[in-house]
Amino acid sequence: MLQATGLWAHLGGRAVLNGVDFHARPGQITAIVGPNGSGKTTLMRRLTGDLTGPGEVTLGGDPLARLSPRALALRRAVLPQAGTLGFPFTLREVVRMGHQAGAAAPEPGIVEAALDEVGLGAKIDGLFQDMSGGEQARGHLARVRAQVWHPVQEGRPAWLFVDEPVAALDIGHQLQVMAVLRRFADAGGGVIAVMHDLNLTAMHAERIVLMEAGRIAAAGPPAEVMTGPLLSRAYRCQLCLNTAPEQGIWLLPHAASLG
Amino acid sequence: MTAVPLRAAAAPPHRLPVAVVAIGLALLLAVAALASLSLGASGLLPWEVILRDTTPAERAILFDIRLPRLILGVLVGAALAVSGALMQGLFRNPLADPGLVGVGAGAGLGAVIAIVLGGLLPVTNRAMLGAYLVPVFAFAGGWAAVLILYRVASLRGQTSIATMLLAGIVLGALAGAVTGILIFVADDNQLRDLTFWGLGSLAGANWTKLAAAAPILIAGLAAAPFLARGLDAMALGEGVAQHMGVPVETVKRGAILSVAAMTGAAVAVSGGIGFLGIVVPHILRLAVGPGHRLLLPLAALFGAALLVAADTVARLAVAPAELPIGIIMALIGAPVFLWILLARRAVLEV
Ligand SMILES: Nc1ncnc2c1ncn2[C@@H]1O[C@H](COP(=O)(O)OP(=O)(O)OP(=O)(O)O)[C@@H](O)[C@H]1O
Ligand SMILES: [Mg+2]
Repeated sequence: MLQATGLWAHLGGRAVLNGVDFHARPGQITAIVGPNGSGKTTLMRRLTGDLTGPGEVTLGGDPLARLSPRALALRRAVLPQAGTLGFPFTLREVVRMGHQAGAAAPEPGIVEAALDEVGLGAKIDGLFQDMSGGEQARGHLARVRAQVWHPVQEGRPAWLFVDEPVAALDIGHQLQVMAVLRRFADAGGGVIAVMHDLNLTAMHAERIVLMEAGRIAAAGPPAEVMTGPLLSRAYRCQLCLNTAPEQGIWLLPHAASLG
Repeated sequence: MTAVPLRAAAAPPHRLPVAVVAIGLALLLAVAALASLSLGASGLLPWEVILRDTTPAERAILFDIRLPRLILGVLVGAALAVSGALMQGLFRNPLADPGLVGVGAGAGLGAVIAIVLGGLLPVTNRAMLGAYLVPVFAFAGGWAAVLILYRVASLRGQTSIATMLLAGIVLGALAGAVTGILIFVADDNQLRDLTFWGLGSLAGANWTKLAAAAPILIAGLAAAPFLARGLDAMALGEGVAQHMGVPVETVKRGAILSVAAMTGAAVAVSGGIGFLGIVVPHILRLAVGPGHRLLLPLAALFGAALLVAADTVARLAVAPAELPIGIIMALIGAPVFLWILLARRAVLEV
């Protein structure tokens, strides 16, 4: 269980998070959605311990502030919204760094398996910087997967924090990446994903947290959060949702309009 | 996909096998060391000392002149190359170098102060410091530069790389200005010392100088491997390195301290020898990749071999006079550096 209470964040002279309470369960995908600038990345940075401030975050009952970087690295991996790489490392070397960071003793075959999972096995010895944008995004995902390869480690769930994991991907690879996160959660790990694609979110997330101007506007299962009034208010546009229950929830983008 | 595990142990196609590079560099160092010991006004192969009766003069040349100079060359070459690699890892930029962030300038200023103003010290102090005067001042200058850098560029345990680079430029300019003033007031003898020292040279190496510099150089070199994993992770950004469990601030501090120590000691005993810290790591990254666990030890080997070779050329080229080694390094290093800039320009479009 990941639990956070009363999180505040002040950046650039103003409050970006206003006393946010948040929780996420292992075995589930918890999605954080909301418009640009609503504080999703900031909330994630508080949850991963990148940013400190008022409020407390506990991971499996342990206050985040009391875990060393190394101890944290064994229990959670983080995929930032944007990635960089300073030197010409190969894909294999980058993913291996991730695995070495999260494993007390590195296991053979995991680097290859993590790359196969995102469909990059054939490029393993290519230079990371020579790959396309979407391939680099999947390469980074393979790196964080390799860091917490076992969704449950010594009886404790591992956590994946991913900030817009499908933003740069085509529809096929979007589904592939969501399937990677799904399998991780189904095997007992916890996933916290910042998402912009509401249809993918509705398909995969057990719980959706909708943010609006540094506050949580709504949180709950897709059926509760994915409603016309809530979404229209948060995103400041008219959205049309399919309401036939047997078909699941989906947005009709062509029926959306500003105003 | 099934083919992937079969290739698991092979080096990526564009790189050289590490063993070949390591053995090649070790051979290069061995040849350079042998040349440095045997070539010169008195052609004496090291093993002749055992095989035949040598004169005391011959033994003195070998043991009191050439051997300390060789060891100093090995240590300074290794330290300069490793300092460059550490700095580049820290800044995530293949063009970073201790010279760039003002550490070299600070150490240099310290040495210049010692050379010009050392004569003003009370005689007792001068005698006490003796051979250590220039090294001590160079260490102090290097350390002062690092302390100022830290005060300027680091806030609440976070170091801003861009601010640090700018601070380095400012420190370099300041050190240059003060050095200019000191050169103005220097007498002719001191001026000759300054010029020669500024261009870099291993001339005047002896056991005393070696004893002063070696412990610091060796300590810096020994600390480097412990930073390798952290520097690798920092290539992905400091935030990601933190996510991967790396104590980022500790790694940064460790890298900066060992660079300051090695640069200060190297500048003190050999003056301004440039380019080794940029050229050596760059070539090695092309050969074996950017991973620091291999890069740092191989840079030590390559840097040592290059400096010993360059020093031997410096001694022999215009014998009986000596060329400053900095001139030779600049003649080789500057074109390579320009080539690096051009190659990067094509890639980065900057
Ligand atoms: N370092 C910072 N300094 C100043 N303001 C910041 C900083 N980081 C974020 N902010 C501000 O905080 C607000 C929330 O930013 P955040 O990155 O959390 O948004 P987000 O919900 O992730 O948006 P997006 O969907 O665009 O990724 C924004 O208005 C942003 O301008
Ligand atoms: Mg964001």
